Amino acid sequence: MAQVIDERRVISVIVLNESSVLARITSLFAGRGYNIESLTVAPIPNTQMSHITIATNSSARTMEQISKQLHKLIPVYKVIEHEEMIEKEMVLAKFPIQENLADISVLASAYNGGVVNVGKEMIIVMVADEPKRIKHFIEASERYNPCEIVRGGVVAIER
Amino acid sequence: MQMSGAQMVCEAIIAEGVKTVFGYPGGAIMHVYDEVYKQEGFEHILNRHEQASVHAADGYARATGEVGVAMVTSGPGFTNAVTGLATAYMDSIPLVVISGQVPSHLIGTDGFQEIDAVGISRPCTKHNFLVRSLEELPRVLKEAFYIARSGRAGPVLVDIPKDITVEIGDYVYPDEVDLPSYKPTYKGNTRQIEKAVEAIKASKKPLLYLGGGVVLSNAYELVRTLAKKTQIPVVETLMARGVMGDKNPLLLGMLGMHGNYSSNMAMSETDLVISFGARFDDRVTGKLSEFAKYAKIIHVDIDAANIGKIVAVDYPIVGDITKVIEVMLPLLDGIDTDRFEAWRSILARYEALHPLSYVDSDEVIKPQWAIERIGELVGVDAIITSDVGQHQMWAAQHYPFDRPRQWINSGGLGTMGFGFPAALGAKKAFPDKIVINVTGDGSILMNMQELVTAAEYKIPVINLILNNHFLGMVRQWQTFFYEKRYSETDLSFQPNWKALAEACGGIGYDVKTKAEFDFAIKDAIAQDKVCFMNVIVNRFEDVLPMVPSGGALFNMMLPQTTKDEEA
Ligand SMILES: Cc1ncc(C[n+]2csc(CCOP(=O)(O)OP(=O)(O)O)c2C)c(N)n1
Repeated sequence: MAQVIDERRVISVIVLNESSVLARITSLFAGRGYNIESLTVAPIPNTQMSHITIATNSSARTMEQISKQLHKLIPVYKVIEHEEMIEKEMVLAKFPIQENLADISVLASAYNGGVVNVGKEMIIVMVADEPKRIKHFIEASERYNPCEIVRGGVVAIER
Repeated sequence: MQMSGAQMVCEAIIAEGVKTVFGYPGGAIMHVYDEVYKQEGFEHILNRHEQASVHAADGYARATGEVGVAMVTSGPGFTNAVTGLATAYMDSIPLVVISGQVPSHLIGTDGFQEIDAVGISRPCTKHNFLVRSLEELPRVLKEAFYIARSGRAGPVLVDIPKDITVEIGDYVYPDEVDLPSYKPTYKGNTRQIEKAVEAIKASKKPLLYLGGGVVLSNAYELVRTLAKKTQIPVVETLMARGVMGDKNPLLLGMLGMHGNYSSNMAMSETDLVISFGARFDDRVTGKLSEFAKYAKIIHVDIDAANIGKIVAVDYPIVGDITKVIEVMLPLLDGIDTDRFEAWRSILARYEALHPLSYVDSDEVIKPQWAIERIGELVGVDAIITSDVGQHQMWAAQHYPFDRPRQWINSGGLGTMGFGFPAALGAKKAFPDKIVINVTGDGSILMNMQELVTAAEYKIPVINLILNNHFLGMVRQWQTFFYEKRYSETDLSFQPNWKALAEACGGIGYDVKTKAEFDFAIKDAIAQDKVCFMNVIVNRFEDVLPMVPSGGALFNMMLPQTTKDEEA
């Protein structure tokens, strides 16, 4: 029954960079009841295309449908279901200046990041790491009373 | 050549060879209508409701296999067209619908008659365009027709802001499209086809399961050849009626919720389902865990997403049915057809045990009799359209279909109100054929304004109203599953059908007896005018066999005790 067990999966969708293409993709997910955990999109340099990375919780069977249904959209050029991939997610987090700044800085560097801004009342750090480790970072940062955490969503590339 | 956007729309329609366009004008599309007035390349039919325009274009497309075209204005014109788009989308019918939009500078301002047409139609079109500039208009029109008819066909909406239709620019209609991200697969994978053929040769109880895709692919002759060569029995879905021709001895009939006993039993007992262009709809499969339980499945479809969507498939083949069968046929040379003899005789026994049947009456017209009778009277000469309900099922079951595209109905969306406008489209395409819309006293009222259209343009279609004074199909479910609580299905309050038809420029017939029935059909054909034929039929007649929704296909309610009256 491996077919029906929901698992986290990441796909890349290469699309023609035309207006409303993102709406086509999100409304397909909404209309057919597919789950989106995160979605990022950016143009691919020097082309007419954009790269959309979607993380979803789906069964193998649903994933196959998602991939086929995406393919049917006219501006979709390619759908890549990742198996061997490098996945990264970026996070920005804001802490009160009264917190232990040295600790926060060490924490950020442990997750491939560092301090990116220091103001009168706040310090902002940026980290970029695998989604699983990002979860750890967020848990660890809780000790320092973060005022705000913004996650960037997953980007992935085939190895 | 220099011309306006409006003129480009007309030129493109002419370049695509479209002879009849159905539509309805309004503010945002007036420039286009001004050009419709001036041109002579196509005829425009003014329906009396935009939904009917799209259904009429759809009927035209289903009857001919070519792209149907409809035109509507922005806002309410477009929203009225949505049911038409969705109907065509569900049955993969090639349409191009042109809608006017408010001028570009007003888009997003909630302007008068502004609605987000591409947003609303996204889930019910194959593709849609909001035209952004005059420069892209010729390319967009070309792509719209190409996308509508290629691959798995479907409706395409082109939404054009009013300012673009009045602007003047260079017009060159492209010869070809350049769509690198859209490449339909036509040729099936040869290795997969070979494996499928091996499976056919190794099977003992194979079954050909044909869907609407066979009609869309124009593959009926090849399918008939394949069946004949292999002597494999055949079942058709509602959308495939006519593919085999009902005289074909290999055809068991329709399967599914109201399928024949033998067809449903065949599906339940087969060891190899060979599916061409069918999509395993829930009205066909019944309870999935019991569906074709003992079978391996070969699934041929032009849309990869149809394969494996509902049932796990052992031999998936993505491709055009025509191309796939062309490869299959020579591989089947010398197939041992005796192998399937035992299987065929089991099915023949099932057929003899419970053939399609009903108890006829001399007191009251039975709806099944009415269908059989038009079959006898006009048979191969007619094109039959239908609405949705019991009458649709009786027509699908009892009409002696002879060829594909002779039967036109809304199978996927099940749109009441489809039949009459679709009949207008079919009759425009084939003026020499008799076109009969088999309908109910509920459905016909949903687009009855088309009486006026039909009378004005002299499109003589026959509306055969099987009048049970009920929303019959819903009433049937209430009888079976809601302890006869007939909630909002009693249509005892009726219009004067004859007067209604006459008021709109048509003719009407009130029919209560078989003799009146024969007279009315013959007279309607001779009069050559649009008509309402009000045929009073047995009120509580049920459509049988019936597989209750969600039940296993082999658990059918059978027509042993057809009732004359509700006890
Ligand atoms: C637009 C629309 N509304 C509602 C339905 C639900 N529905 C399906 S069959 C039916 C009854 C149709 O009645 P009638 O046209 O009189 O045909 P009969 O079943 O009596 O032959 C209804 C209401 C539908 N299919 N389409």
